[in-house]
Amino acid sequence: MNDTVTALGNEPFWLVAAKAVFVFVLLVLLTLFTIVFERKVVGRMQQRPGPNRVGPGGWLQSLADGLKLALKEEIIPALADKPVYVLAPLVSAIPAFLAFSVIPFGPEVSVAGERTALQLTDLPIGVLFILATGSVGVFGLVLAGWSSGSTYPLLGGLRSAAQVISYEVAMGLALVAVFIYSGSLSTSTIVAAQDDLWFVLTLPVSFVIYVIAMVGETNRAPFDLPEAESELVGGFHTEYTSLKFAMFFLAEYINMITVSALAVTLFLGGWQAPPLLSRVEVLSTGWFPLVWFLLKVVAFLFFFVWLRGTLPRMRYDQFMKLGWKVLIPVALLWILLVAAMRVATDELDREQLLLGGGAVVLLVLLASALIPDKPAPERPADAPQAALVPQAEGGFPVPPLDLSVPPTPRSLARAAVAPAGAGAGTDPAPTPEEASP
Amino acid sequence: MLDMYLPIVVLFVLAAGFAAFSVGAATITGPKRFNRAKADAYECGISPTPQPMGGGRFPVKFYLTAMLFIVFDIEIIFLYPWAVSFDQLGLFGLVEMTLFIGTVFIAYAYVWRRGGLEWD
Repeated sequence: MNDTVTALGNEPFWLVAAKAVFVFVLLVLLTLFTIVFERKVVGRMQQRPGPNRVGPGGWLQSLADGLKLALKEEIIPALADKPVYVLAPLVSAIPAFLAFSVIPFGPEVSVAGERTALQLTDLPIGVLFILATGSVGVFGLVLAGWSSGSTYPLLGGLRSAAQVISYEVAMGLALVAVFIYSGSLSTSTIVAAQDDLWFVLTLPVSFVIYVIAMVGETNRAPFDLPEAESELVGGFHTEYTSLKFAMFFLAEYINMITVSALAVTLFLGGWQAPPLLSRVEVLSTGWFPLVWFLLKVVAFLFFFVWLRGTLPRMRYDQFMKLGWKVLIPVALLWILLVAAMRVATDELDREQLLLGGGAVVLLVLLASALIPDKPAPERPADAPQAALVPQAEGGFPVPPLDLSVPPTPRSLARAAVAPAGAGAGTDPAPTPEEASP
Repeated sequence: MLDMYLPIVVLFVLAAGFAAFSVGAATITGPKRFNRAKADAYECGISPTPQPMGGGRFPVKFYLTAMLFIVFDIEIIFLYPWAVSFDQLGLFGLVEMTLFIGTVFIAYAYVWRRGGLEWD
C-alpha cells in the first residue's frame, strides 16, 4: 500500500470526527443545491424561470420544501408491514452516505497542525466498498415496495431491483479496465495513477459504459422506469409521506452525487487540476483542488439534469436489452482488448507481436465463418411504394387518409415468412393495398 | 488495519442518527387527522384491488434476471483480482482470463439463443 493508506489510519479522533462531519454536511448541502439546480436548469430548458421565490434567487427552495415535508401528516397504510415499512427509508439513506467515505476530494492539507489527506478513509478495497454500499441501498427500495402492501409500489420495487442489478454488472465490468491500468482498488492510488493522463482519454469505452450504467443504477431519466408516473404512479415510494419520503429523495440525490464523484475519481483525474493548469502550484496543491473536484461533480450533475430535460423515458424491454445485450458484451470485449494491448506493449517484441496479431485475426476470421448468413427478408415487389408518404397535388406530403399505419419492415418480413393461409386472417399488419391511398 | 474503518463507523453513526431522528421527528411535528380512506392502498382514487393471498405470483423473468446477475457478478469477482495484479501475471494471466471469459461467453450466448434475455 502507499503512504496515505498508513497515514490515514493513525489520525487523532477529533480529526476523524471533523472529517466525517464535513462529508456529512457536504453531502446534505450538495443535495439541497442539486434539487434547486435541477429545477432551475430544467426550467431554463423549458423556457421558464424555475423556482425563484424562496431566498436569494430561489436557492433556499429545497430547504423550504424539506421543512414543509416535516410538517406533513405521516400516513402508514393499513396493509403495510409496519417494522419493515419504517426501516426501509433508513436502509436506503444510510448506505448512500457511507459510499462517499472512500472518495478522495483533495490532496494533503494541514488542519490545525496535522497533515491529512482530504479523504475520510482510504481502504485498499475502496471501489469495492462503494459498489457494496450501492447494492445495500437497493434493499431499501425493494423492502419499501414490498412492505407498502400496495400494488404499484410492489411493481416499482421489483422493477428497480431488476434494473439496478442488471446495470451493476455493466458498471462492474466497466471498472475492470481502470484497475488494469492503476493496479489497485484504492481510490487515492487510482487518482495518483492519472497524474499525467486521465483515464477518460485512455479508456473511452469504459467511460461511456460507466456513464450509461450509472444513470441506470441511480434510476434517473431516461432510465427512471421504477417511478414511471404514467404506469406506476410514484413507484416504490407511492405510499410514503412526510420525512420518510424525504429520506428516499435524499438517498436518490446522494446516490447521484456519489456515482458522479466516482466517475470523476476513476476517469477524470479526481481532484487533480485540468492538464495545463496542473503546472501552476497554487491551483494544484492545498485546498484549491477541492474546487476542481466540486466543479467536475457539478458538471456530472448538470449532465444528469440535461438527460432528464432532453430524453424521453425508455421502454422497459428496450432498457433491459441495452443492458444485457449491448453493454455487457461490449464491456467484456473491451476488457480483453485493453489487457491484450497492455501485455503486447509490455512483454512482446515485434516478431511475437506480428505472430500473435496474425493468430488473432485468423481466429476472428474463422469465427466469422461460423456465423450463419441471415436470410434477407423478401419484400413484396410493391412494398417500397406502400412505405412512401403519399403526395398531394402541390407536392406536399399528406398523411394517409384511411389512417392505417404503414407496414414496418419487420412485419413485412414476418408476413413473407409466415405461410400465406395461416397468417392471413389474424395478421394485424395491413397489406400494401390497404396502406396506399 | 481496523483503524481505517473507524471513520466509516463515525459517518455511519452520523447518518443513522440523522435518518432515525428525521423519521422519528416527523411523527411528532406532523398533524394527525385520522381518516379511514387515507390508510387504504393508493390506486388513483378507485377502491384498491384485493391483494392475492401470499403476495400473488410474479413473472419468472425477475428470478431469471437475478440468476443471470449472480453468474456475471461472480465473473466480476474473478476479474477484479486479476485486473489488480495484472502487471505481475502478464501474458499467462491474460491467456487464462481469455479462456475464462470465453467459457462464460459460451453460456451467455446459450442464454441469449434460448431467449433468456428477451423481456416480453
